Amino acid sequence: MQLDDAEIIFHEPLKGGYRLIKFKTPEIAAASKPGQYVQVRIPNLEATALRRPFSICGAEDGVLTILYKQVGRGTFAMGDLQVGKKVNILGPLGDCGFPLCDSATTPLLIGGGFGVAPLLFLAKQLPQKGVLFVGGRTADDILITEEFEKIGWDVQLCTNDGSVGTKGFVTAALDAWLEAHPDTKAEMYACGPEPMLKAIDERAARFNRVAWLSLDHRMACGVGACLGCIQKVRLTDEAGNVVEKTLRVCKDGPIFKSGTIVWEA
Amino acid sequence: MDLSVKIGKLEMKNPVTVASGTFGYGLEYSELIDIEKLGAITVKGIKKDPCPGNPLPRFCEVPGGMINAIGLQGPGVEGFVKDDMPFLRTKNVPVIVNMWGTSVEGYAETAALLDKVEGIDALELNVSCPNVKKGGSSFSANPDLMAEVVKAVREQTSLTLITKLAPNVPDITIYAKKAVEAGADALSVCNTVPAMAIDIEARKHVIANKTGGLSGAAIHHIAVKLVWEVTHAVDVPVIGMGGIMEPKDAIELMAAGATAVAVGTANFIDPTTPIRVIDGIADYMQRHGMQTPKEIAI
Repeated sequence: MQLDDAEIIFHEPLKGGYRLIKFKTPEIAAASKPGQYVQVRIPNLEATALRRPFSICGAEDGVLTILYKQVGRGTFAMGDLQVGKKVNILGPLGDCGFPLCDSATTPLLIGGGFGVAPLLFLAKQLPQKGVLFVGGRTADDILITEEFEKIGWDVQLCTNDGSVGTKGFVTAALDAWLEAHPDTKAEMYACGPEPMLKAIDERAARFNRVAWLSLDHRMACGVGACLGCIQKVRLTDEAGNVVEKTLRVCKDGPIFKSGTIVWEA
Repeated sequence: MDLSVKIGKLEMKNPVTVASGTFGYGLEYSELIDIEKLGAITVKGIKKDPCPGNPLPRFCEVPGGMINAIGLQGPGVEGFVKDDMPFLRTKNVPVIVNMWGTSVEGYAETAALLDKVEGIDALELNVSCPNVKKGGSSFSANPDLMAEVVKAVREQTSLTLITKLAPNVPDITIYAKKAVEAGADALSVCNTVPAMAIDIEARKHVIANKTGGLSGAAIHHIAVKLVWEVTHAVDVPVIGMGGIMEPKDAIELMAAGATAVAVGTANFIDPTTPIRVIDGIADYMQRHGMQTPKEIAI
């Protein structure tokens, strides 16, 4: 974890209000693992504005890539940043990221909207290719899937309106795969809206597979100091007792194992 | 030039600490800054037993700062001593433990336990947190009840005792005087300012607790005024805090009479702020030909 004044070397709009931004930040990029994130101090917001957290979409050759959607004043201000501008980045943040499965296990990646961002970084580091399930509201919310195809992944698309891929939720496609492959050793990795994560947590229990879920809570400090982004979990201690604990999404997460999260009603 | 200051028996090598709740238990920021450079570390509020804190959302950003209602989540004295003190003991920096309770007896019990812990240099008494239903702010709304808490804690500890005052009172000097009479060695001025944010489209409160404490640049000039009033009413050292974003803000609180300062919300935005403040104070003193931080007071 460190601070760096990183230069923007690429910043282009994708479709549907999504943007791709790349920073030259060799040390942070080298230390980054899939599932971790960075916090960006957006220089054209007022000096009192909090940093904004973004999952890491790529970290190669000293370059850190972020895929983001313009949703609030922070990300809209970020959209105006020009190539060449230096931006203060804090990272990599989070615990050790997504645990990589072994080469005998089929990885199933499940992304909701721009939740595919950390999954691309993960796909490039996993020892085996697998299936990417991507869901979005419309075709505009299906992003960077060609990058997965380029490296040999099977990509299954789902949209709520059927404008691309299968009409329906991504979990339906996942269910079909799990039902068709009852004996395949598989592990799931998911990033997306909380209802999707909750549904995958339920699938993990039902199909007796492990899922790694990337939680997205509102964060302030990013280092575990402010306790603004806690998550209640149930863990089994060394003596085999189930204990309830409060973890910090920013520092102890943001990746949580299936079966541990105590979901809010 | 000598940057050192004294807060009761606590000797700080420079006048800069961090505000409780913004710096965890020291470890969280130790990868990013050299925490031994700080005059002291002030840890997040502890009471005798563990406290789960409030439901989410616990904070929101607002113009000039943030509103938080963390609800004093903490590991309790035992958890703190087991999990957090061992690290702090390895660091050559004084430790101020912010502490609270839900009753006069609860405060006294917490203080009695902390008093025996090796490596704690001072206690900061939180009688002014706006975010817990029992305790916290109810003790700051009544000067006599606050004084009772200070007195009960004083009887349990010989550690330097700092009382952290609430900003939202008609006359803070009444509280300052009562706290000092009851045995406080120093005062922290001030806690967050009670505040509220409503999402008008979702038509609900932004944070689960509905109300929270406003911090950041928005409250800086409230703090400057309160520090001025307190330092002109009582004769104990004051730790000034409230919206220090830049060295000049800390110097302004010291110009108002603060002996030391605490950096809070700015830690989240730029973790190097406390170090920049130390350097900025030294630069300022040099430019103005000052030998000790005391001379900064106007």
